[in-house]
Amino acid sequence: MTAFRDILSQGVQMGLVLLLAPLLTGFVRKVKARLLRRRGPPLLQPYRDLIRLMRKDVVLADNASWLFRVIPYLMFAGTWVAASLVPTFGNGLLFSWTADLIAIIALLGSARFFQALAGMDVGTAFGGIGSSREVMIASLAEPAMLITVFSVAMIAGSTQLSYVAEFMGSDAVGLRVSLGMAFVALTIVALAENARIPVDNPATHLELTMVHEAMVLEYSGRHLALIDLSSQLKLLLYVSLIACVFLPWGTATADASVARLVSGALLYFGKLAVLGFLLAVFETSIAKMRVFRIPEFLGVALMLALLATLLRFVSGSL
Amino acid sequence: MIAVALWSVAVLLALAPAGIALSMRPRGSVVLYGACLVVTATLCVTALLHLLDPAHPVLSATLPVGLPWLGAHFRLDALSAFFLVVINLGGLAASLFALGYGRHEDSPGRVLPFYPAYLAAMNVVVLANDAFSFLVAWEFMSLTSWAMVVSHHREAENVRAGYVYLLMASFGTLALLLAFGLLASSAGYDFDAIRASHPSAALASMVAILALVGAGSKAGLVPLHAWLPLAHPAAPSHVSGLMSGVMTKVAVYGFVRIVFDLLPEPVWWWSIVVLLVGGPTATLGVLYALMQRDIKRVLAYSTIENIGIIFTGLGLALAFKAQGLDWVAALAFTAALLHVFNHALFKSLLFFGAGAVLEATGVRDMEKLGGLIHRMPKTAFAVLVGCVAISALPPFNGFVSEWLTFQAILLSPQLPSWGLKLIIPAVGGLLALAAALAAACFVKLYGISFLGRPRSDVAASAHETDRFSIAAMLALAALCLLAGVLPGLFIDALAPVSKTMVGNIMPHQAGLQWLTIVPIAESRSSYNGLLVFLFAAFCGTAAASAIHRLASDRLRRAPAWDCGYPDANPAIQYSASSFSQPIRRVFGSVIFAAREIGEMPEPLAAAPAKLTVAMRDLIWDALYAPIATVIGFVTERINLLQFLTIRSYLTLVFAALIVLLLVVAL
Repeated sequence: MTAFRDILSQGVQMGLVLLLAPLLTGFVRKVKARLLRRRGPPLLQPYRDLIRLMRKDVVLADNASWLFRVIPYLMFAGTWVAASLVPTFGNGLLFSWTADLIAIIALLGSARFFQALAGMDVGTAFGGIGSSREVMIASLAEPAMLITVFSVAMIAGSTQLSYVAEFMGSDAVGLRVSLGMAFVALTIVALAENARIPVDNPATHLELTMVHEAMVLEYSGRHLALIDLSSQLKLLLYVSLIACVFLPWGTATADASVARLVSGALLYFGKLAVLGFLLAVFETSIAKMRVFRIPEFLGVALMLALLATLLRFVSGSL
Repeated sequence: MIAVALWSVAVLLALAPAGIALSMRPRGSVVLYGACLVVTATLCVTALLHLLDPAHPVLSATLPVGLPWLGAHFRLDALSAFFLVVINLGGLAASLFALGYGRHEDSPGRVLPFYPAYLAAMNVVVLANDAFSFLVAWEFMSLTSWAMVVSHHREAENVRAGYVYLLMASFGTLALLLAFGLLASSAGYDFDAIRASHPSAALASMVAILALVGAGSKAGLVPLHAWLPLAHPAAPSHVSGLMSGVMTKVAVYGFVRIVFDLLPEPVWWWSIVVLLVGGPTATLGVLYALMQRDIKRVLAYSTIENIGIIFTGLGLALAFKAQGLDWVAALAFTAALLHVFNHALFKSLLFFGAGAVLEATGVRDMEKLGGLIHRMPKTAFAVLVGCVAISALPPFNGFVSEWLTFQAILLSPQLPSWGLKLIIPAVGGLLALAAALAAACFVKLYGISFLGRPRSDVAASAHETDRFSIAAMLALAALCLLAGVLPGLFIDALAPVSKTMVGNIMPHQAGLQWLTIVPIAESRSSYNGLLVFLFAAFCGTAAASAIHRLASDRLRRAPAWDCGYPDANPAIQYSASSFSQPIRRVFGSVIFAAREIGEMPEPLAAAPAKLTVAMRDLIWDALYAPIATVIGFVTERINLLQFLTIRSYLTLVFAALIVLLLVVAL
C-alpha cells in the first residue's frame, strides 16, 4: 500500500511540475505586463504556444547533425528528472534518494552542456555567441550554486533535499546569518540560470546581448517547444527549490494524510505565486546588465556563498 | 599470480628488441601491438582477479637482479593490483587503438621498440618492493616515454618538449631519490624494512614533501606541470593517451605508496600542503586548457586539472587520517582512487579521439576543424561520451568521483584544526569552479572540432577512422557509462586498497537497494546513477514518442536561419579563441596577464582592423625563467674553463689537490 502511495505521489509530482511550469511563466509575464500598465497575454498563453509549436513542422538547418535533433529530448529529460526530484507539495518523494541536491545541479549542468553544444552545431555566429556566453555565465553560477549547497547541506547535515526540507521546516534551524547569505546567493544564481533580467532578457530576440535565445535560434517546431518547456521547468525548479529550502512551512511530510497533502499543495501554489510576483517586480524594477558586468554580479553570489560556508566551518551556530 | 605478472612483464621487455625487427616489416606494427594487447589483457585480468580475491593475499617475490646484496623485490598487494588494473586497462585500450592507428606511423622504428618497454616499466614501478627497483623502473618509464615524445623529431617543438621533459623527469627522480635516501638511512632500501622502521616526524615530513615534489612533477602538479602540456601532445596519440591517462596515475601511485604506506601516521600539516597544491592545480589546469587551440594540448592541460582533483582527494584523506577519522579518510581516498580509474578511461578515450582526428585531417589546431560529426560519426559519438564524462556530468563516471570528493569536503567541519577549517571550503570552491570550467572547456573542444561547419579543406574531406580504433574508443565509452551507472561495484572493488592504506573502508555498496551509493548514511546523501540514467532515458523516449504520435513528426531541411543573415563563409563561426574570450576576460587578465590590443584603421582607410591578444604564462615567468637565467649565467662563467692552456689546467688540478688534502687533514 505504501509502495503504491509512494509511486502515486511521485507520479503526481512529475505530472504537476510539467503542468505548472508553463503556468508559472505565464503568470510572471502577466504580472510584468500589468506592472508596465499593459494588458499582457492571457495566463494560458504559454500552453497555447507549446501546443502550436508541437504541431508545426520542424525546419532543420541543412548542416544540422543528429545531435542537434536529439538534444531537445536530452535537455527535456534531464530537466524534467531534476524538477521531479525537488519537493513541491510534500517531502519524502519515492525517488528522492536517487539524486541529492548536488546531483540535481549536475543534471541541470548536463542539460546546459548539451544546449551549449546545440548552439554550435549549425555553425552560425549567433549560436556561437550564445554558447560562449552561456558557458561563461555557467562557469561562475555553477560554483556559486554548489557552494551555496555546501552551506545549506552543512546546516542541515545532508545533501538530500527531502531531509534538508524537513530540517528547514523544524525548529532546529533558527535564524542564521549563513542562511541569509545562502538565500541571496541562491537568488542571484537562480536569476542567472534562468536567463532572467539583469543577466539575460527572456523577452528579447534580436539583440547582441542575448544568451539563451541565441543558442536556440535555429530550433523550430516540436524541438523548440521542448526547449521552451525545459526552461519553464527550470524556472519552476528553482522557485520550488527556494520555496522548499527557505520557505518550508506547510510542506507535507512523507506519511501525511490526504488533507495535509492538499493543504501542502495549496500552500505550494501560494508560494509559487508570491515568488513569481516578486520575480516580476524585481525584473521590472532593474535594467539589464552589460555582459561583462555579469561576472561581478555572479561574483557577489560566489563570495556570499563562500562566506556562508566559511562561517559555517568556523562557527557551528551562525 | 605475481609469477604471471612478472612473466608478462618479461614478455613485454622481450618484445622491445623484437620491435626493432618488426618495425622494418610492413605489418610489423600489427604483430607488436597484437602481442602487447594479449599481454596487457593477461596482466589486467590477473590484477583484477587479485583485487577481487576476498582473501586479499599479499604476494611477494625476489629476483636475483639489481643490487647484488639486495636483489629485486616485488610485491602484489591491493594497491599495486588496483594500479595494475588501471595501467593494463589503459595499455589494452591503447594497443587495440594502435592496431589500426599504428599503421599510419611514418617512422615505426622510433615507436615500436619503446612501446612495450614503456608498458613494462610502468608495470614494474607498481610491482617493485624496494627503492632500487622502483627508481630504476621509474627512470626507465621516463626514458622510454621520452623516446616516443621525440619520435617525430623533425618538428622543433617536439625536440624542445623532449628537452623540457627530460629535465623535469630528472628533477622528479632526484626528489624521489632523496626521499628514499632519507628513508634508507635507517632502514635500507627494502620497502618491507622501511614499513617496519619508525622514522622521526621531521624525517617523515621531509620524505613526504620530497615525495610530493617527485611524484607531483611526474603527475603534473602546478607549478611543476610545465613539461606536461609540451610532452604529452608531442607523442603519437596512443602514447599520449597512455602518458596522460596512465603514467600520471603511476605518479599518483608513487605518492600514495610512499606517503600512505611506507611512512608512519601522517602529520596533520601534510594535508594542508597537499590541498594547497591540489586545489589550485585543478582550477589553473582547466583555465590553461580553456586558453588553448591545439586539441591535444587542451587534453594535456585537462589532465593537470584532474590530477589536481585526485590530489585534493588524497589531501583530504591525509587530513582525516591524521585526525583519526579514518572512516571519512576512506571516503576521500576511495573518491581519489575512483577518479584515478575514471580519468584513465576518459582521458585515454579523448586522446584516441584526438588521434583519430589527427589521422583523418592531419591537424591538431581546432581552428582548422569543424563539422567532423558528419564525416566521423562513430569517433564523434565516442568523443562526445568522453567529453560528457570528463565534465563530471551525470550519469557518467566523472560525476561519481567528484560527487564523492564533495561528500568528503562536506564532512570536514568535523576536523579540529583551524587551518584546515579555512582551507577546505576554499578548496571545495576551487573544485566547484574547476568542474564548471571543465564543462566549458569540453563544450569548446567538442563544439569547435566536431560541430559546426568545416573551417578548412582537410576538415571537409576527413574520413572515418579504422575499425580497431573505433572499437577501442567505443569500449572505453561503454566503460565510462558502466562506471557511471554502477559505481557501487567499483567502490566495493576499492575497499581492500582503502583498508590497507587508510585503515578503514567505505560502507559496502553492492547490496543496497537498486545499487544506490550511500557513502555515509542514507539520511546524509545518496546517488543512484542507474536510476538517473533509466529515469532520464524513459522521460526522453516517452516525450519523443508522445510528441511524434500525438503532435507532429514531420521535418524538412532548409538553409540555416541565423537571424536572417546567414553567411556561407565558415570563418563567420565562433573560433576556439573567440569562444573562450569571455572567460579569458573574466579570469585571464589576472592569471595570464592577458591583454587585448585592438587596432582600428583610420576612418575611410581600407586597412583591416586587427585584434592582438597577448597572454603570458606567469608561472613560467616567475619560476622557470629565472632558474633558466641563473643556470645560463653560471654555465657561461664555467664555460671559460674549457678554453684554458694546459699549464692553467695543471695549476687548477694542483690547487684542487691541495684543497682536498687540507679538507682531509682538517
